[in-house]
Amino acid sequence: MTEERSAVVVRDVRKSYGELKAVDGVSFTVAEGEFFGILGPNGAGKTTTLEIVEGLREPDSGEVRLLGESPWPRNVKLLPRIGVQLQASSFFEKLTAKEQLQTFGALYGVSAGTAADMLELVGLADKANEQENKLSGGQRQRLSIACALVHDPDIVFLDEPTAALDPQARRNLWDVLRAIKERGKTIVYTTHYLDEAEILCDRVAIMDTGRILALDPPAVLVRGLDAPTHVTLQKGVLSVVDASALDGVDEAHEDEVSLTLSTRRPAPVLSALAERGALDGLQVRTATLEDVFLNLTGREYRA
Amino acid sequence: MTAFKTLSVAMLKGFVRDKVTLFFTFLFPLMFLVIFGLILRDAGADKTRIAVVGDGPIVSALRDSGALELEPYNDENSAVQKVKDGDLPAALIIRGQRLDVRFAQSDQVKSATVLGIVNGFVDKANLAATGQPPTFTFAAEKVEDASLKPIQYLTPGILSWGVAVSAVFGSALTLVSWRRKQVLRRIRLAPISTTSVLSSRILVSTGVALVQGATFIVIASLPLFGLRLSGSWWLAIPLLLLGTIAFFALGMLVGAFAKTEEAASAAANIVVLPMAFLSGTFFPVDQAPAWLQAVSKIFPLRHMNDGMLDVLVRGKGIEALVVPSAILVGFSLVVGFIASRVFKWEE
Repeated sequence: MTEERSAVVVRDVRKSYGELKAVDGVSFTVAEGEFFGILGPNGAGKTTTLEIVEGLREPDSGEVRLLGESPWPRNVKLLPRIGVQLQASSFFEKLTAKEQLQTFGALYGVSAGTAADMLELVGLADKANEQENKLSGGQRQRLSIACALVHDPDIVFLDEPTAALDPQARRNLWDVLRAIKERGKTIVYTTHYLDEAEILCDRVAIMDTGRILALDPPAVLVRGLDAPTHVTLQKGVLSVVDASALDGVDEAHEDEVSLTLSTRRPAPVLSALAERGALDGLQVRTATLEDVFLNLTGREYRA
Repeated sequence: MTAFKTLSVAMLKGFVRDKVTLFFTFLFPLMFLVIFGLILRDAGADKTRIAVVGDGPIVSALRDSGALELEPYNDENSAVQKVKDGDLPAALIIRGQRLDVRFAQSDQVKSATVLGIVNGFVDKANLAATGQPPTFTFAAEKVEDASLKPIQYLTPGILSWGVAVSAVFGSALTLVSWRRKQVLRRIRLAPISTTSVLSSRILVSTGVALVQGATFIVIASLPLFGLRLSGSWWLAIPLLLLGTIAFFALGMLVGAFAKTEEAASAAANIVVLPMAFLSGTFFPVDQAPAWLQAVSKIFPLRHMNDGMLDVLVRGKGIEALVVPSAILVGFSLVVGFIASRVFKWEE
């Protein structure tokens, strides 16, 4: 990936609020068309980083380039090329979904018709004439994403778009995010849901206390862990002793409801279990980004 | 231009759809107009009622003249009791040729009026009985004096106040709510100038002020209230516009400091309410003590009131706009400048 082709270039950005180093030497690049995630618990510095990249805040030091331009101070030439969805749902009072889009579109000189088309993309066409405050949390979130996309920007910044949504609404939103990516947009998004980032992102940066701890495709991060796969079975289908004796099993333990085997070679373990017909209640859990986070910080991930 | 138009339409829709704002913009000030207008409608015009026992030529003459309202009673005791109770200022008791007046000591002004009127009728009847032509005569004729009927000063006053309230609250609450909901940040991230956003909001406010003005004047002109507009009423339009801008600027200043909508409301009330009382919204300031009149001169609302009064009802010409306009423009510039200095994009 050459820097000239990069949509976003961030070099050693720092920002302190008094003693607190909110962003402490962050560097990354995002390629055009990439879905880039910044993950971390609350207070990790994700939002501040994003705000600096968007041009809402001036970094104490370091450099940001969006499509080759500096976003700070307010760069009117750059603004039409970036779309920003803010953390709070920022809407005009008492306007319907369609009117919100048309009003935000007008700020960029987008025609009313084009603006209204965005409702289709986020699956709100049937809510066009509902007032924003009558929409559900998920619908509002989708509307705010539509507002960020209304002027057809090249780079889209989304700050925790799935926060505070129920699981069904989160999954609906994933489809919207994938549809945006298919349009060839570069997406930079923050989340504190590691599972979601694993599914959606091409690459993720894991942040904690103002620093990037790791940056790679999710699969690479997980594989790099060399963490065991956990195979869980219903209690009683196999004794702990028999289980431990199976080829490939590193460790077996049992609690009130289930038997869990740890293995680094799941294939022979699973076939051995199948031979014995001992697959009742089978669940296979591979390592996740949560394990990566635990490994990087030495503590449990808490969103 | 499209952005400006769309933003204006968006804000107008937001305004029209907000029932609470509509109430405080139109109905609330109108309520004051109606209440004060009705309370003060007949101020000073009430006739004095007295109790009367018996009848005769003097009573008929009194009744025909309409100078007093007569409440007939059958016996002296109940009539006097009414006076004792303080319900009526006096009782007139006819005993053939003799008239007795029993009056309440507490209300000397009314008693004196009653005594004077009754005495006058008795004298006239006596004179008529002698058959002599009167030596001295007098004729009475009404003169329109400079003091205004209540509705004439209430309408410009309450209208100016209503415009001030909606402009201050409108701009302060919009600013605070947009900052809290990060609409301001969103606007800052769009390639649009602050001027476009600000001017579209001002356009909506001035439009609202003009509708307020029209509504007020139409309602006050109903026969029930009886407002009579002067020929130069249209000079109120530039005053309404300048006043709206001045109070819009004041709202921006309030909104720059307030963190929440509640705080903005409270702060706006603290600014607007005392100003309204001291600026002659509900009563003419020229009845107030001199020092209070001097104090009231520092308020832009006072000058807007004065200007409105001059052009709406006093029939003064364009020269009456000079001082109020200059003060409103000056106020807008100074307060607007301070507001732009303390303005914050985000919390």
